Amino acid sequence: MFAIFTQLADWLTYSILNLSPDSKLGDAVHFFIEDVTKIYALLIVMIYFIALLRASLNIERVRDYLSGKNRGVGYLLGSGFGAITPFCSCSSIPVFLGFTSAGIPLGITMSFLLTSPLINEVAILLLMSLLGWKFTLLYVAIGICVGTIGGFFLDSIKAERWLQSFAAKALVQGQQKDQPQNEGTPVVMPFSERHQFAKDETFEIFGRVWKWVIIGVGLGAALHGFVPDGWIEQYLGDGQWWSVPAAVLLGIPLYSNATGVIPVMESLIINGLPIGTTLAFCMSTVAASFPEFILLKQVMQWRLLATVFFLLLVSFTVVGWLFNAFSSFL
Amino acid sequence: MKQIKVLGSGCKKCTKTAELINKLALEQGVSVNVTKETDPQVIMAYGVMSTPAVVVDEQLVHSGSIPHTEQIQAWLSEG
Repeated sequence: MFAIFTQLADWLTYSILNLSPDSKLGDAVHFFIEDVTKIYALLIVMIYFIALLRASLNIERVRDYLSGKNRGVGYLLGSGFGAITPFCSCSSIPVFLGFTSAGIPLGITMSFLLTSPLINEVAILLLMSLLGWKFTLLYVAIGICVGTIGGFFLDSIKAERWLQSFAAKALVQGQQKDQPQNEGTPVVMPFSERHQFAKDETFEIFGRVWKWVIIGVGLGAALHGFVPDGWIEQYLGDGQWWSVPAAVLLGIPLYSNATGVIPVMESLIINGLPIGTTLAFCMSTVAASFPEFILLKQVMQWRLLATVFFLLLVSFTVVGWLFNAFSSFL
Repeated sequence: MKQIKVLGSGCKKCTKTAELINKLALEQGVSVNVTKETDPQVIMAYGVMSTPAVVVDEQLVHSGSIPHTEQIQAWLSEG
């Protein structure tokens, strides 16, 4: 099904641009054209269809559904909804406060917010097409686990005492209120509205991510064509223990969303970087970013902020180690 | 004069929303005062979880996206 993009890249690279298939440059350009065209086509088609399906799912309904859930399933549900609910990162603060003032425990809210940047439909799509479904399943499972365990951990250390005072007050008031037990009456949306929503979403998401695809694939292509064959494999290929925390630290100052980083992942893995090290690097780039954390300062005290940050770094490192250790079984 | 508030943390979409409202009000000849509200406490008080959101004369009318032109025109021509 994807062969047409290889043919397109063959034609453009070798016939139109007249590059040799054996040259480094030809290799890199071919990789770039094939991936960018494939990803663009997939994005436009899939975002539209996924948006059709989830048109009636919005953040308010998720909040109503999560409030009053017991904690046992709450973390898992929070994390799961984080994966499927669309919201722009500039809304994290209002979402955080909206959940908190509905009396949803901090841990469940954080499960939602931690998983959200890691998993979304664009990320899943890219992973499927570039790295295959096994890797995608694994990635999704880890993302949900990090969110679930992270939320559970924060509640078990009573992290809510480190909220900013107005947020803490909102949480207490929310918990005293009677929990609305409605599960959100299912909204029947006519197809024309769904279509309008899906069309808007496609334009909006594509408009936001197209440049990330170029940057990500461009970096991937540069790695692909210009890092000497075997270099990564020789120095980092055995999954040396220190390479994982090093990859996580390296990912912190680098800021990207999942769309930009997945093409880089593809290239790193092809070049022989172990899967655990790659995952650690990419998750750290996507989820642990300073700009987002500075925003959270408005609702959290430094101690909570630092705890969450540290929690992420530790869990990505552990994920990396586990995967390097067990990668032979995959 | 209509008091219109655009709620949001100052992202690009919020700025665009405010500009669009100003532009359309000028076209329709409606006098408005558009302000941007970025304080999370105030946004919480309106019960808004997805930004940009629009408040017209203290009434929350929209949230979650840049509103469509027709929506804005409808708010402006009311009252």
